[in-house]
Amino acid sequence: MWSDLGLNLEKHDVLLGALGKAYGDLFMAQKNRPKKMEYYNFVISEVHGLRVKELVERKKAGKKVIGAFCLYAPEELVYAADATMVGLCGGADFSIPDAEAQIPRELCPLIKSFYGFKVGGTCPYFQSCNLVVGETTCDGKKKVYELLGEITPTYVMEIPHRTDTPQARALWLAEMKAFKAQIEQLTGNVIEKGALKEAIRLINEKRKAMKRVSEARKASPVPISGLDALLVNQISFYDDVERFTKMTNELADELEERNRAGNGVASADKPRLMFSGCPMAIPNWKLHSIIEGMGVPVVAEESCIGSRYFTDLVQPKGSSVDSMLEALVDRYAQISCACFTPNNERIEKVVQMAKEYHADGVVYNVLQYCHAYNVEAVKVGRALKAKGVPMLKINTDYSSEDVEQIRTRVEAFTEMLRPS
Amino acid sequence: MVRLVGVDIGAVATKVALVTDGTLTASHILPTGVDGNAAARRALRKLLETNSLTASDIAYTVSTGYGRRTYSRANRTVTEITAHGEGARRFCAEARTIIDIGGQDSKAISLSEDGGVLNFIMNDRCAAGTGRFLEVMSRALRVRVSGMGEIALQSQQPARISSTCTVFSESEVISLLTNGRDKRDIAAGLCESIAKRVSTLAKSVGVREKVVFSGGVAKNVGMVAALEKELKVKLLVPPEPQIIGAVGAAFIAGRLLGAEPKSTILGTVGEVPVRASPPDCFVRGASEPTIGRTF
Repeated sequence: MWSDLGLNLEKHDVLLGALGKAYGDLFMAQKNRPKKMEYYNFVISEVHGLRVKELVERKKAGKKVIGAFCLYAPEELVYAADATMVGLCGGADFSIPDAEAQIPRELCPLIKSFYGFKVGGTCPYFQSCNLVVGETTCDGKKKVYELLGEITPTYVMEIPHRTDTPQARALWLAEMKAFKAQIEQLTGNVIEKGALKEAIRLINEKRKAMKRVSEARKASPVPISGLDALLVNQISFYDDVERFTKMTNELADELEERNRAGNGVASADKPRLMFSGCPMAIPNWKLHSIIEGMGVPVVAEESCIGSRYFTDLVQPKGSSVDSMLEALVDRYAQISCACFTPNNERIEKVVQMAKEYHADGVVYNVLQYCHAYNVEAVKVGRALKAKGVPMLKINTDYSSEDVEQIRTRVEAFTEMLRPS
Repeated sequence: MVRLVGVDIGAVATKVALVTDGTLTASHILPTGVDGNAAARRALRKLLETNSLTASDIAYTVSTGYGRRTYSRANRTVTEITAHGEGARRFCAEARTIIDIGGQDSKAISLSEDGGVLNFIMNDRCAAGTGRFLEVMSRALRVRVSGMGEIALQSQQPARISSTCTVFSESEVISLLTNGRDKRDIAAGLCESIAKRVSTLAKSVGVREKVVFSGGVAKNVGMVAALEKELKVKLLVPPEPQIIGAVGAAFIAGRLLGAEPKSTILGTVGEVPVRASPPDCFVRGASEPTIGRTF
């Protein structure tokens, strides 16, 4: 199966070896983990095993697999056409040298990582895709999609960069329709209203389950570590939707039970930190592991791999396909990516979340060379400061060379929040 | 008598300070080398020997700095940010901003009126704007790093060093030398280049007076002048600017000791008051001794 996918097996083994060790050190060593995390341990142990096999089998049965990098790819349309969507690999330092041999170094690590996974042939999900969906959320991605299109079928959605104009709204709707047509052409299935309604329900249920896990983290002591919660979010991008929803609801049940019993994973006298900013694609666990390594819990992620994915549901707007497409636009246009201007909604959301999750401070993550999130940190920091919530901005990539400096900064930040 | 020790294990130098009943009574500085724990132990042994003390005379030890976790004898560790905040305000109660340039990092810290850390920023990754940068440049210039500040002050027309990358700046210095540029102008240009970089850092946390300049690089008079010019404020340089972190750690040790359960402590110490300092906390070049200073 593996060589059929065109995977570079030798390199892939190196990746899996490193991944397994990091997972053991960071996740399995945690104390008092929720029992239901066993499922996610299993998914990780089979990250490049059973799940890939499931996708390959679906493809053998004539179904299509769509890869995506961004929350703006409307997965409801993919599932309505009986196809499967997977988030693609882009969180590892491992694949960056393969990318830098071809594209500039001065790019965000996420872009370099995913491009490296494709040119190096080391991501089985990438290798399983019939189509990759890109989007125009940043200049780096846009230009790299052009290069990616030379080696694998790539479709780029145009995402407007304003939310407050009728032109932007019209573009959203037109893009939604064009994407639908593209998926219909690829799968040979026409998206009917019944299937679309069911797909909307399916994905709403998934988002609701994730929201329950997140809600449980508002409690003190927090019932689940930030690392584990981040992992659940990361896995949501490639696991089977129905199975994931079921298991995540079970995890939420356990967390709610823990909250009733006051059973937490971090001492209640430690400051609570909220994470905000650029996404952490699997296996990027860098900042969470640094923060929680000092016993300080991360209680929420205002991020694409985090709240931006599950907060908004698609609200029913009528039963015709057209009205459902409108409802999809309503939902997708609410995601506050820093690519929008102005983007006051995001700033309000960060402040609101910090309050709801009782965060003592916010750690703001900028992936190196991500100008949108980096510049927007100015406004976010200002708004948080006005509410008495300090913010620490960390500008970093996937390498380990600055881990000690970051550790010192985060530690100094927690000392500032809780003077001895 | 309650004796407290602060150990600051930096990337280049290890500093220890002994505070006895609220008075700084001794300090010692030596190179860190490759083993921070060994350097800290050597420095402490030296400190104890010269003061006819033994390890059991020390009530509490706090370590700080890059190598803080390597020191096996510390009761607690604290980051260099918190330690410098505490240390600077012990020297100058009116300190609101600290600029510290050490061997491998530079940082700016903003303090509240009660001495708490309000905000801080550290340099990212590279050695630009640190002591290491000056060390590399002094080798290229073939002058001693300790004498670089003096010759920089003699320059009438500082050279423009356009790059802040250590490696590129070194090539720039070499080509300036090849072109016959005076060493004094190059030294002054280097100080200006660091001052520009560090003042950008400091401005991002907000520069409020009084401003304390600490760390090994604060011993460089050329750097002090360049930074004052760039920031347009007067800098207060402690008599021994390198030990601020260690002094701060020793005072934090006092606070932590006060908070420990009585059964585990060797003595007690209350909150050591911060005395209001004279209007001019410390004057550069003044002959006031550090040791024996009462806080």
